[in-house]
Amino acid sequence: MKHSKFMSALAMSTAVVLATGQGAVAQENVLKWASQADIANLDPHGTTGALPLTILGNVYEPLVMRASDMSLAPGLATSWEVIDPTTWRFHLREGVKFQNGNDFNADDVIFSMGRVGNEYSFLRDRVTMVTEMTKVDDYTIDFHTAEPNPILPNMWTSIYMMDKEWSEENSATVPSNTVENIESYAGLHSNGTGPFMVTERQPETKTVFEPFDGWWGERTDNLDRVIYTPITQDGTRVAALLSGEIDMMFPVPLQDIDRVNANEGTKVLIQPELRTIMLGMDQNRDVALMTNTPTNPFKDRRVRLALYQAIDIDGIQSKLMNGLSEPAATLISPLLFAPAGQMERYPFDPEASRKLLAEAGYPDGFRTALVCPNNRYVNDEKICQAVASMLARVGIQVDLRTMNVSQYWKVVGRPVQEFAIYMMGWTPGGLDSYSVLFNLMGTWDEASGRGRINNGDFSNPRIDEIVALVESETDTAKRDALIAEAYQIVHDEVYYLPLHQQAVVWGVRDGVEVKQRADDGFNYADAKITR
Amino acid sequence: MIRYISGRLAQSFIVMFIVAAVAFALFDFVGDPVRQMVTEDASQAEIERLREMMGLNDSVAVQFWRYVSGAVQGDFGVSYFHKRPVGVLLQERMPATFELAGTSVLLSILLGIPLGVYTGLHRNGRIARGLMAVSLVGISIPTFLIGIMLIYLFSVVLGWLPSFGRGETTEVFGGAWTTGFLTTSGLRALILPSITLALFQTTMVMRLVRAEMLDVMRTDYIKFARARGLRDRVVHFRHALKNTLMPVVTVIGLQLGAVIAFAIITESVFQWPGMGRLFLQAIQQVDIPVMSAYLIMIAFFFVVINLITDLTYYAIDPRLRSGALKGNAHA
Repeated sequence: MKHSKFMSALAMSTAVVLATGQGAVAQENVLKWASQADIANLDPHGTTGALPLTILGNVYEPLVMRASDMSLAPGLATSWEVIDPTTWRFHLREGVKFQNGNDFNADDVIFSMGRVGNEYSFLRDRVTMVTEMTKVDDYTIDFHTAEPNPILPNMWTSIYMMDKEWSEENSATVPSNTVENIESYAGLHSNGTGPFMVTERQPETKTVFEPFDGWWGERTDNLDRVIYTPITQDGTRVAALLSGEIDMMFPVPLQDIDRVNANEGTKVLIQPELRTIMLGMDQNRDVALMTNTPTNPFKDRRVRLALYQAIDIDGIQSKLMNGLSEPAATLISPLLFAPAGQMERYPFDPEASRKLLAEAGYPDGFRTALVCPNNRYVNDEKICQAVASMLARVGIQVDLRTMNVSQYWKVVGRPVQEFAIYMMGWTPGGLDSYSVLFNLMGTWDEASGRGRINNGDFSNPRIDEIVALVESETDTAKRDALIAEAYQIVHDEVYYLPLHQQAVVWGVRDGVEVKQRADDGFNYADAKITR
Repeated sequence: MIRYISGRLAQSFIVMFIVAAVAFALFDFVGDPVRQMVTEDASQAEIERLREMMGLNDSVAVQFWRYVSGAVQGDFGVSYFHKRPVGVLLQERMPATFELAGTSVLLSILLGIPLGVYTGLHRNGRIARGLMAVSLVGISIPTFLIGIMLIYLFSVVLGWLPSFGRGETTEVFGGAWTTGFLTTSGLRALILPSITLALFQTTMVMRLVRAEMLDVMRTDYIKFARARGLRDRVVHFRHALKNTLMPVVTVIGLQLGAVIAFAIITESVFQWPGMGRLFLQAIQQVDIPVMSAYLIMIAFFFVVINLITDLTYYAIDPRLRSGALKGNAHA
């Protein structure tokens, strides 16, 4: 029969395909890795996502880098100092070349900063504090700010430097941006100073990197090529690692950690993440949102403490997070602000919660509402379900709503806040406490934007004072003391219910050495293939 | 005939316009694209500035009008996320989706019809019963699960086939199309996703052909054909199968549209770089230009495929050729 002939032919060709499969890779050291999303474009100023910025960080470099312990390290600048309260001086590294052979100097820095500050740039916020740039000589620049700015270098660790001549030749002086239909040359091509160059790119399929021989730094990696593939689905990404098609990937979903470890030839690397997960409460309205009390119970510290002590954070850690979370006592990771590590959580004590509620006039509890994203943080939805049932145990009935993160920001935050309790995760900009103090703890002030993420709208005059002081305090010890005081006030007043820092989990094949970083950054120059 | 086709195409534009309008009305609920673009600590002023620049502060009607007037001129705007023209993005991903969908539909026809005929003719046979039982599995397990199961078996456990991607592709037609058909790794990468996508279609075609065969085999003209002493093969394939094809063609036609439109799940499980993944990502990123263009395009496919299906009737059924089609056109 015709059909059966065709079918046997089909079966045969399939067999042939199967047999020739698993094509041997040449003796090159090729590192293949995957993560969740593709780099939308190669423009170092055309994106704000953490993942694309870290990937592009292998091609482009900032003036100031983050070492793997998150401290500041020299990048394209060798040193920087405050020469007067409103001026930062940066000394540039000499002998640095771009991948097209051009020299790197002060003009490139001034050009790049201007490009980041362009009205079409999404990273513009990071450089708007600079009012003027002065080229002192080819390798020295002064940045003038209107106000003293002690953390300016911290803000610039992912502001990458581009070549002025290259950008002008290719009319790529404006960042890639959707709005004006700008499809920048730099979105499709790259020319950085970093240790790797992009040699091939198929959007959504793969981006290939090869070492740049003219890199200024000392090479410790032994890679000939790096291939990045975006794999969105968790299950597929895990399967690709287990089957040996890729050498490294992140994030590993919590439920797959055991499988990756049990599989021969793969293991996971785990480190605490920088983001802190917390719950906020509506503390300003006369009647709390979606709450069945005639007044606002969250204005009462006793009620807030009752909620705090009703949450079994160790239970969440062991049962929901596979042990992979670090319960937090305040709103910042101790990795970013060491004194936070000395603070202690209020103990889990449902009995005390009930007593506090009774004292506050709610012996039978009340009914309120909690809103959570379901695809933003690790196990966000499950954590909220657990919290809802824990609160129910002390008498607080919680209506839980969960939603996709793209809808989430429509109901949480300004100008609209729809729920009494909400979930929030925060990695401070510049990895400095100031971002936490200014955005999450200050009283809402429309003119300056202070307290913009203080969605619970609490107000503490002392914290506002500290925000103003920290802004321009250049003495580190004094500044740290002020910051610690602010965190202590938040703790004493229970303005937030801090939960934990989640974990960064990477999956790696044996014979591949990588250096895991708390910011999920992946530096190819730190990797080695030893198989 | 030409009038018929042009009439149908005109209808398609109305359909596409309505789809675009409905899509636009829904986008308000998807979320705020600006929030997906800026860092979490972007200031309110910054967010406002971007909203204004992107024209998001205009009313939905104004935005819709702007979109439609661009689309008529072939300009579907620029993706918020990819920052590239939507037309280019879709064009880049179209080959992947078409090759996957085409292979799957071909698989389902080449497997589904013979299996349907076989199970229809030997309905009490052991093999036929076995096939029916298996087909029940195929029709009831979700695509997602089948994909994951195939990946674990053939990639992780056996290590025979790649678990993701499209393999090496080759540019043909001067770069207008990329194909995975010409390389070994491309063909290997196609196997699991096309089986995953084809499984449901195959079982459906098979069950449909079987049911139709059972019906037709009872009719008088089959008995007459046998009485004329024709061989079984001629009876089964010339007389019986041909008469079962009308509903089968309808269903395959509709399914082709569905396969293209709903390859989304398969594409996302296998990280297949097609249009479905682009759309899925666009939803997460609130990338309105991509979402609208994709929906409009899918609507267009459905209309065209339906048109082709109708024309296929015309080829298969001689009764339609004698004027019935004209009547249809006026209907």
